[in-house]
Amino acid sequence: MNKAIITVVGKDTVGIIARVCTYLSEHQVNVLDISQTIIDGFFNMMMIVDYTNATVEFATMVDEMEELGEQIGVRIRCQREEIFTKMHRI
Amino acid sequence: MLNIMEVHETNKMIEQEKLDVRTITMGISLLDCEGSTVDELCESIYKKITTYAKDLVSTGQAIEREFGIPIVNKRISVTPISLVGARVCKCPEDFVKIIHALDRAACDMGVNFLGGYSALVSKAMTPAERMLIESIPQALAETERVCASVNVGSTKTGIDMDAVRLMGEIVKKTAEATADRDSLGCAKLVVFCNAPDDNPFMAGAFHGVTEGDVVINVGVSGPGVVKKALEAARGESFEVLCETIKKTAFKITRIGQLVAQEASRRLGVPFGIIDLSLAPTPAVGDSVGEILEEIGLEQVGAPGTTAALALLNDQVKKGGIMASSYVGGLSGAFIPVSEDKNMIDAATAGVLTLEKLEAMTCVCSVGLDMIAVPGDTPATTIAGIIADEAAIGMINQKTTAVRLIPVIGKGVGEVAEFGGLLGWAPIMPVNPKGCETFVTRGGRIPAPVHSFKN
Repeated sequence: MNKAIITVVGKDTVGIIARVCTYLSEHQVNVLDISQTIIDGFFNMMMIVDYTNATVEFATMVDEMEELGEQIGVRIRCQREEIFTKMHRI
Repeated sequence: MLNIMEVHETNKMIEQEKLDVRTITMGISLLDCEGSTVDELCESIYKKITTYAKDLVSTGQAIEREFGIPIVNKRISVTPISLVGARVCKCPEDFVKIIHALDRAACDMGVNFLGGYSALVSKAMTPAERMLIESIPQALAETERVCASVNVGSTKTGIDMDAVRLMGEIVKKTAEATADRDSLGCAKLVVFCNAPDDNPFMAGAFHGVTEGDVVINVGVSGPGVVKKALEAARGESFEVLCETIKKTAFKITRIGQLVAQEASRRLGVPFGIIDLSLAPTPAVGDSVGEILEEIGLEQVGAPGTTAALALLNDQVKKGGIMASSYVGGLSGAFIPVSEDKNMIDAATAGVLTLEKLEAMTCVCSVGLDMIAVPGDTPATTIAGIIADEAAIGMINQKTTAVRLIPVIGKGVGEVAEFGGLLGWAPIMPVNPKGCETFVTRGGRIPAPVHSFKN
């Protein structure tokens, strides 16, 4: 399994999760976990996804998610999971 | 399973606290480069570097994007050129031809620096090594991206004082050759004692003779992250302080380890070491001086600075060692003046002096780094400073280095501008008393008695 973490931070608005999930389903990326909170009035979401069967290159996905974020007015980052697990798990 | 706070912590470190992988450096051995003439050798060197490093920059960029961690520099280090060129180079100009080939390779590969225009003369100089050293002023003035270094001493061999005296003159000549650019050439020239073979940080990087054919070394840095973590430990005891630095250093090193393994796998090149050094930049919030002040100093240079730096250096190593099995290079904290906002401020205010910096180098990662001094400083005085610093390294079995910039045409109170990561520096006063008789004695300072530790 190839896991990636998608984080979305920005001003809350209707349909953020829907837009992100639509993109993921269109590209065969499976959502494993979602957690979402509002911190200091800001929308904060973290998704763990599996991109093993993705129909796009991972690097392209990173760019396209970023563009999607710009359209919605939030910051979307898509990073490979290892950067977090390496740092926080021995 | 990861939680949202951990993910945010990592991303905050990267975005706000300037955590970065400072450099991926590909070390390439040039010992097998052939040629019966200088031109043939240059061709062979160019070919080997460009073959091995052709995917270095693109691979670095891909890793950067996929993991979301900035990789600031992609660099190359090569076998000390004094060894590579020894057979065919008959005069200093021949070595200059080689540096042009190296510069061309660095430009074509898109790396910002290539290190290894070096000579290792800790005991004595061969004719080729002397020629290389003599060619340095011209070589650095005529090229952009190549860095030079000379190792003039070691704990096992003592200090080659002939080389030290020569280097005093070479630093001065390099400054003169690049006088129109605030003597920028000297920013690309380091004089070492106990130089490590696997240091990925410029300007002192070279691919040592103990290394394999090709290797990937990674340098990680994050003074901002350490500073931020320490803010949470204000007023706490030294135990809490040390624990905080250690934990932070661990996290930073793990990122380096990940990037190093990934780069090594993608390039099909063995992984060498992680160099965990807190390397500052002139940007606000990316300063080692700031960490020292956070530990409790009014300004860096105040009494207590050396102790604070010793503590910082040691904890950084302790944290890093658990995070990667191959921590090497220099690992610790760099204290370059021109590249560190708070050091620049302290030097401008006269709080941080050359003598205090020298004391700090006994416990820091490297040595007197990126210090601008008056352009009329005599070559023998520069040699004296080099000798002092080399002696600290020799006796204490640590790496020390000198990167002094006598800024031609400028004096104390003025500022030298180097641009980019190299920053700017106030010109610091140098002790006016001479040491000519000392440095012109000739010969070498014998190795200290602990050289018999076997």
